[in-house]
Amino acid sequence: MSLQHPVEKVVTRYWQHKDQPTLKGYKSRGGYQQLAKALDQQPAAIIETVKKSGLRGRGGAGFPTGLKWSFLPKDNPKPKYLCINADESEPGTAKDRFILENDPHSLLEGIGMACWALGAHTCYIYARGEFKGPSAILEKAIEEAYADGIFGKKLLGRDYELNVYQVRGAGAYICGEETALLESLEGKKGWPRLKPPFPAVVGLFGCPTIVNNVETISTLPTLFEKGPEWFQNIGAGKSGGTRLVTLSGAVNRPGTYEVGMKTSLKELIYADEYGQGLPPGRAVKGVIPGGVSAPLLTGDELGVAMEFDAFKPLNSMAGSGGVIVMDDLCCMVRSLWRVVRFFAEESCGQCTPCRDGQPWMTRLLRKIEEGRGTPEDLETLQHVATSMAPYPPIGLGNTICALGDSGALAVHGFMKFKKEFEQHIAEHRCPYGERPWGAFGDFQ
Amino acid sequence: MHHAAMTPDDTARLESGIAKILQRYPADRKSAAMLPALRLLQEIKGWLVPEGVKKVAQLLGTTPERAHEVATFYIMFFTEKPGRYVIDVCTNLPCALRGAEGMLKYMETKLGTLAGTNGDKYFLRETECLASCGTAPCMQVNEDHHENLTKAKVDSILEKLQ
Ligand SMILES: Cc1cc2nc3c(=O)[nH]c(=O)nc-3n(C[C@H](O)[C@H](O)[C@H](O)COP(=O)(O)O)c2cc1C
Ligand code: SF4
Ligand code: FES
Repeated sequence: MSLQHPVEKVVTRYWQHKDQPTLKGYKSRGGYQQLAKALDQQPAAIIETVKKSGLRGRGGAGFPTGLKWSFLPKDNPKPKYLCINADESEPGTAKDRFILENDPHSLLEGIGMACWALGAHTCYIYARGEFKGPSAILEKAIEEAYADGIFGKKLLGRDYELNVYQVRGAGAYICGEETALLESLEGKKGWPRLKPPFPAVVGLFGCPTIVNNVETISTLPTLFEKGPEWFQNIGAGKSGGTRLVTLSGAVNRPGTYEVGMKTSLKELIYADEYGQGLPPGRAVKGVIPGGVSAPLLTGDELGVAMEFDAFKPLNSMAGSGGVIVMDDLCCMVRSLWRVVRFFAEESCGQCTPCRDGQPWMTRLLRKIEEGRGTPEDLETLQHVATSMAPYPPIGLGNTICALGDSGALAVHGFMKFKKEFEQHIAEHRCPYGERPWGAFGDFQ
Repeated sequence: MHHAAMTPDDTARLESGIAKILQRYPADRKSAAMLPALRLLQEIKGWLVPEGVKKVAQLLGTTPERAHEVATFYIMFFTEKPGRYVIDVCTNLPCALRGAEGMLKYMETKLGTLAGTNGDKYFLRETECLASCGTAPCMQVNEDHHENLTKAKVDSILEKLQ
């Protein structure tokens, strides 16, 4: 299968160059020129450009970046902060890591531009603790930027101080949620905060704070080089630019790819440039399109474009770009159990529906998978999920943060295959027996 | 218990390291340095020895309870001495679809230990997604990342752990 729309590269543009992670390599391809230009502009003009470009957050919610920036109060005398979310731990998602490994200076240049626009003099990059390799590459890039006079007392020689620090997490998915991230940055356990107030008003150390994903910020140099119109035009609808997606599961060529907003799930799975389809005889049963927090789609819904708003009519979401493919030999009960168990493990324990509901659903799913489930168990499962977060639409959850919703949404989404759950119950066994993981599920 | 004691040298390293870390935070927000400070302690002692956690709290101007609360919240922090090799195997959905459950079983048999059991030599555990979903299955050995794993690769990684 070939692509219907050619894809312009934004994020992966220079990844083929081995020296791109070094300052020298980055500069040889125009690096830090956009920061220099930005510093000649008024901050408000930069925010305006970002608004015009249609850039939307790549961390999961797809929130318009320029709009978020404009929520930062102008008359607040407190210091302002930019925090970069490099916590990447949504199952299915492996993209920010490759930005840190292949082009860390694009993030750093973007940080310089964003901090100037926001009036922030300090940026913390919160990287998940497990990123030993990527963090080392990023740290080296930060050191290079300081040594070269880019960061520090004078941002690129201008009268504007900017300090950029990397802080490493210590293993907790919840710290990717922006207010848990702020708590963790403040040296506490990662308990999400009740909102409002939102971080833009009361964020890090009680000060106005913008939290943005790695990919969001690292698009800025190219966005400004080519202009907001170009960025908007290569996108689709209200989503500018491209997307970095991770294709995993039952495809011939899993990996992390830059796709267009018009690229369909079908193209991602089958195109030669991307997934190259499934093994002979196998078909797509289900696809999780945006990390395990995004409700499941069936093999009949692959026509959807990767653009943020396109998933809404399907009651799912583009999320963090983690596309997980399950083939027709894969057990949906076992798959859902893995997903919900994840949320049970990672619940911070702060609110009751999530703390108790996720482990409860996990136990019910295990019971059904092992052939010990009853029809009442299946009813209870759905009932618990609905009491945590009714569905559709997405966003009706009863918990402090969206992790609570995520487990519930997973259950709701997998009910597209309710028959398979009923079959487990009726036959008192998993129909897939010892091989529940589909075409690529054996360890070799 | 002597491995759990802080030597004067340990304490000196902790103090000078924390002094450097504190430069990154506002002067009145010392306790913000808790994660990097605990990580440093773990680098020095191999795990978060109680005496060291108390010292961290003191250096950051906060209570030992606050430090302990953080130490126990994050899975990469060890409040008990872990085996010499901590092996984290991702078994989340994308990895499971590429053989992770089989890989974990293979390793349990090979190492003669069950996942979740902390032994002297190995602490094998299941962990959540490690951002290798497109390069699955994967694991980390003492924080070193390995991906696209096969039996042959796992064999050669485990052979090196002596
Ligand atoms: C449970 C949970 C986990 C999250 N994990 C991440 C993450 O690992 N990385 C990320 O960028 N955003 C994550 N988010 C989204 C952030 O809260 C936030 O929306 C995002 O960092 C904002 O950046 P953006 O506007 O550039 O997308 C998570 C949200 C929730 C509810
Ligand atoms: S929803 Fe879950 S993770 Fe979020 S605050 Fe409540 S208990 Fe914690
Ligand atoms: S699911 Fe294993 S690395 Fe993502």
